[in-house]
Amino acid sequence: MTKRVVTGNYAAAWAAMVSKVKVVAAYPISPQTFIVEHISEFVNDGIMDAQFIEVESEHSAMSATVSASAAGVRTFTATSSQGLALMHEILFTASGMRLSPVMAIVNRTLSAPLNIWCEHSDIMASRDSGWLIVFCENNQEVHDMVIQGFKIAEDERVQLPFAVNLDAFILSHSVEPVDLADKAPVEEYLGPFTPKAGVLDPENPMVVGHAAPPDYMSETRWQLHDALEKSRQVVLEVNRSFAEKFGRDYGGLIEEYRTEDADVVLMTVGTVTGTAREVVDSYREQGKKVGLIKLRYLRPYPKEELRKAVSKVKAFGVYDRAVAFGISGPQFIEARNALYGLNTPLVNFIAGLGGRDVTTGDIGKMFDALLDVAKTGKVKKEVVWIGTRGVSEW
Amino acid sequence: MVRIKDLPDEAIMTPGHTACAGCGVATAIRNMMKVLGKNTVVYNPACCLMIFTAMYPNMAFKVPYHHVAFENSGACVTGIKRAFKMIGKDDVQIVAIAGDGGTADIGLQSLSGAAERNEDVLYVMYDNEAYMNTGIQRSSCTPKGAWTTTTPIGKVKAGKTEHKKDVPMIMLAHNVPYVAVASVGYMQDFLNKVEKAKNIKGFRYIQVFTPCPTGWRSDTAKSIELARQAVDCGMYTLFEAEGGRMVITKKPKMTPVKDYLMAQGRFRHFTDAQIEEHQKWVNEKWRRDEALAKTYQELYPKPEAGKPKKEAA
Repeated sequence: MTKRVVTGNYAAAWAAMVSKVKVVAAYPISPQTFIVEHISEFVNDGIMDAQFIEVESEHSAMSATVSASAAGVRTFTATSSQGLALMHEILFTASGMRLSPVMAIVNRTLSAPLNIWCEHSDIMASRDSGWLIVFCENNQEVHDMVIQGFKIAEDERVQLPFAVNLDAFILSHSVEPVDLADKAPVEEYLGPFTPKAGVLDPENPMVVGHAAPPDYMSETRWQLHDALEKSRQVVLEVNRSFAEKFGRDYGGLIEEYRTEDADVVLMTVGTVTGTAREVVDSYREQGKKVGLIKLRYLRPYPKEELRKAVSKVKAFGVYDRAVAFGISGPQFIEARNALYGLNTPLVNFIAGLGGRDVTTGDIGKMFDALLDVAKTGKVKKEVVWIGTRGVSEW
Repeated sequence: MVRIKDLPDEAIMTPGHTACAGCGVATAIRNMMKVLGKNTVVYNPACCLMIFTAMYPNMAFKVPYHHVAFENSGACVTGIKRAFKMIGKDDVQIVAIAGDGGTADIGLQSLSGAAERNEDVLYVMYDNEAYMNTGIQRSSCTPKGAWTTTTPIGKVKAGKTEHKKDVPMIMLAHNVPYVAVASVGYMQDFLNKVEKAKNIKGFRYIQVFTPCPTGWRSDTAKSIELARQAVDCGMYTLFEAEGGRMVITKKPKMTPVKDYLMAQGRFRHFTDAQIEEHQKWVNEKWRRDEALAKTYQELYPKPEAGKPKKEAA
């Protein structure tokens, strides 16, 4: 183990390297580019024994990744924003073929207007593609989730692709101290990649990528859905075994912070969580009973965990760094669906779009609104846009 | 040299598939697979071939078969080959078999990427000159004037208004080790090219002309005859370019293009003036192809026996 001060992009690239990935097909896009630059440096310096394919687009990046996975090797790629949108078609192929690549997604705004800064509009638009989806709070978590990603994705009970999300610039370009794992313990932890089904091999010919008539589609869809549902168990097991091996425990699908006796709870995702922790601490000092849930996995969705946590509180807030135009924030759609039937009042907060800072003051406004709901029992506004010129807040 | 009568009886692309009667693709690929052999992985984008060979629970290929999408064949064969390099299976032949739409239109970017990187794969484009699988829509490889369902014969506009895209020349410009054009009507020539391509390292492109009676509105019994006529009249120049040295492999007899056109319903609406214009275009095209071949041969002289072949610039 080496402790170094590195960017989130470096942490992701390093984790792919120590996971002994054999093929990386990737295309440059801000702010992800440094991940593939680091990987090509590792390959050219001879410390990573892998094929680095300089494809001509993200569509080809995901296509080559899928086909290399189908050929039976561990694969990794990375992208952002427009790149993920261009990959969109092939995301479904990766999961439909039950392949296990890991991809780092540096979350960036989808155009227009063109904007390279942080937003979750990219991954939220791809959330139903059959991938496991995890969000990270810091660079250590990025590093650890890439390694855990392979462990979970390659598990026989899962066999699905895995997306590790990190906030553009806030993680991708910011340096933090990170424990960078050595190759040997990671190799010992992950073991070799030996997929059981769907491998292209002339010694044992099979089809990877059939056409299928209506007679067979429902069952295929069900198997994928069922595997994603059942991956919850694997996520928890891997969280535990990783903690035992590397000493860091992330809790599971969600992480709760000071929720035990909380009157109101805010659910955050990504780096805003760190800011929200500060606000929770300062509100607690003032005697205000606020708590925090960090949503880690968007897929599989932590439905039961959320219902359990939310049933006890007087108001629940959902933070969104994206917009589902015409309804609310996309995280709010997900949460409200999971919480259907509970009487807890729900409020959606949209903030930080296109890389705008989300300050402790902004988070304070969210908690203040939730405390107001707890006191009055009334939700004045279901979807609240924070810090948007010309739009009233609470 | 491979001899048709010596090809193994066992089919690697088996009978029982659901191609239309008279399909040039089925004939071309069935024979090609016998030359490529069993140590092969087939990549197939969405196209006729996929639909008539790979509809679950059936599969006509006896070798591993892979399909991902429509526009990414170049990237997918790259992924397989690079993975195989890492696990000691570099000897396996990776072949993409794609239609003209999946190659010349939606797949051109990923094809160009794979060719530019000189990936060690074989790319075979079967040219039936339209999107036949979706119901005969115009592709950039549809010849000028042809009827398709998206270039219908209307009152103010009739047939495709542009000439065919010249993909082999685009591939030649990529300086890849091997580019060839063949026709299912000249099977021996096609299989020679497949065999040659099989034994060359790096990116190889073969385009094979495959009549489609369903889309061309032609007699299902006349597919091979049409595939010969297209070459004989000069519409479809057969050549190969190894290391950039372009050689015409079948000199056209320059038979009247009218005979070729009038055997197909897709050209039935042609007026005498249109036929004459088409003949002029064919004459011009042949003059160009012959001149190009001459130039390329001067640029890249034939290597002497036993001496290494000169690299393309």
